[in-house]
Amino acid sequence: MELVNGHPKSLKSVQTKYCPGCGHGVIHRLVCEVIDELGAQERSVIMNPVGCSIWADLYFDFDSVQAPHGRTPAAATGVKRMLPDHLVICYQGDGDLAAIGTAEIIHAANRGEKFTGIFVNNAIYGMTGGQMAPTTLVGQKATTAPYGRDPVDAGMGFPIQVCELLATLSGTKYLARGAVNNAANVRKTKQYIKKAFEAQLRGEGFGLVEILSPCPTNWQMKPGESVEWLEQNMMPFYKLGEIKNTLEEASK
Amino acid sequence: MSEEKRLMKGNEAIGEAAVRAGCRAYFGYPITPQNELTAYMAKHMLDKKRTFIQAESETAAINMVFGAAATGARSMTSSSSPGISLKQEGISYACGADLPMVIVNIARSGPGLGGISPGQADYFQSTRGGGHGDYFHLVLAPKSVQEAADLTYKAFELADKWRMPVMILADGLIGQMMEGVVLPPAIDPESLPRKPWGVGHQADTHRANNHVSSINLVPVELEALVRARFKRYEEIKKTEVDFEEVNCEKADLILVGYGTSSRVALGALEMAKAQGIELGLFRPISLWPFPEKRIAELAAKGKKFLAVEMSMGQMVEDVRLAANGKGEVHFYGRCGGVIPSEEEVLAEAKRLLGK
Repeated sequence: MELVNGHPKSLKSVQTKYCPGCGHGVIHRLVCEVIDELGAQERSVIMNPVGCSIWADLYFDFDSVQAPHGRTPAAATGVKRMLPDHLVICYQGDGDLAAIGTAEIIHAANRGEKFTGIFVNNAIYGMTGGQMAPTTLVGQKATTAPYGRDPVDAGMGFPIQVCELLATLSGTKYLARGAVNNAANVRKTKQYIKKAFEAQLRGEGFGLVEILSPCPTNWQMKPGESVEWLEQNMMPFYKLGEIKNTLEEASK
Repeated sequence: MSEEKRLMKGNEAIGEAAVRAGCRAYFGYPITPQNELTAYMAKHMLDKKRTFIQAESETAAINMVFGAAATGARSMTSSSSPGISLKQEGISYACGADLPMVIVNIARSGPGLGGISPGQADYFQSTRGGGHGDYFHLVLAPKSVQEAADLTYKAFELADKWRMPVMILADGLIGQMMEGVVLPPAIDPESLPRKPWGVGHQADTHRANNHVSSINLVPVELEALVRARFKRYEEIKKTEVDFEEVNCEKADLILVGYGTSSRVALGALEMAKAQGIELGLFRPISLWPFPEKRIAELAAKGKKFLAVEMSMGQMVEDVRLAANGKGEVHFYGRCGGVIPSEEEVLAEAKRLLGK
């Protein structure tokens, strides 16, 4: 009998600390499945962000580097420049990437750094307990937006569409947005990750896969409700698909 | 065959020494008065197909160094006072993750934007662990272009040896002036041994995973890590203290200064000698660890000290702590980018001696 699907080799078989219904576990698995398929476990480095996925080094079974909050793309730049034949994964949440680390992601992308961003967008700060994120939707409640995100009168600004923002930069080659709300989107997201990792290993950059992911705890919903909320509220604003693909493969 | 002497700017000599020390990656951001160093690295690192990036900020630059250092590569950044403040976050993380790296501060006057003239008011920030948390790192202070090159070269060795950032604290005058310098021999970065704790190349040995990190949420575990680091600091204090002294046994009053101030103090000492007055000079080269033992010995002999600084008095506190009430400690300083003159220092010394 042939085993067609099992626990990925590069993902440790331990129970995660993530809350029930959180998307990180599925996303960790997708990243590891692709690494296994590419046979890249022993030449991968994961850049742990600051946020819920600060625990990444407990789960990914390969080397890791933990940089300060938001500085992940700068540190990933240093790692990748020194290890150009390695797969460097810059795993970031929305607070890390689109608030405190905005300068670092924009400039790493603009330099065309050849690492891959895995950008988990759950429209909230998870680790610190549900504060407003740069990707929090208009009207969405957070501990620091108790009456909902009010972009104009309360001066809270508008949610940032990261892929569309980065698409304007000449250094970016592959930008896609997936989601982990259902099996079909999980499979599609995996394809995006695979394309981005393969491009990185070919020496093409910059690539980033944004993944819409539920945070039932901080959205104060049951896991099932959070998936529905993501579909009804996040997906209409954060459009799924390949936002930019100028990889050499695509031009063939 | 020894190298011929070249006439170089301090900033350029530091750059060349770093290249020769096997620096594989340099990350910088423009700021006066260290710009020649970044420009030198751009030209010479790129010529040698090594990594040079003009980062988007000082913050990004130090974190690029963090990433490169995490792979075990010799790497460096440089800046001047306001930029070094921005790097303190990254320095704290690097100390917490035990990463070797070289950080050059061609210091100007502050606070805030301050001025671009030479200053020594970053002493506290450099020697006390300028970021958050319990930590120290080596700080070396050159007095000349030759020493700037030598100490930069040595800084890479010390960083690797002790697994910690090493800072070169030179004031803007050392960075800007030209002097003769004989450069150290070039090391091929490829010849340096791979670091067993660095990330990457796991496939070569199938070793266990390496995690470069400063996080630990278990208080007793974190305490043990910090204590282990402080044990290492005690070892460093035993072996890496460096200083120079002139006429300290004979003189009753010892001038204490580092970098440019020590040159002014030496000038004052020579002027005094011509007037038949004996002065001593004590010049700390390692600012952390501070040469407290030798100062304590001199204090026990009843010597008086006059700390000379380009600040409102920062190193003087370390002199006072080392003297521990056994010898009088006085201070003379100028700030805001003003360099004290030999005459001013001599006048203060004479006043203290009642002459």
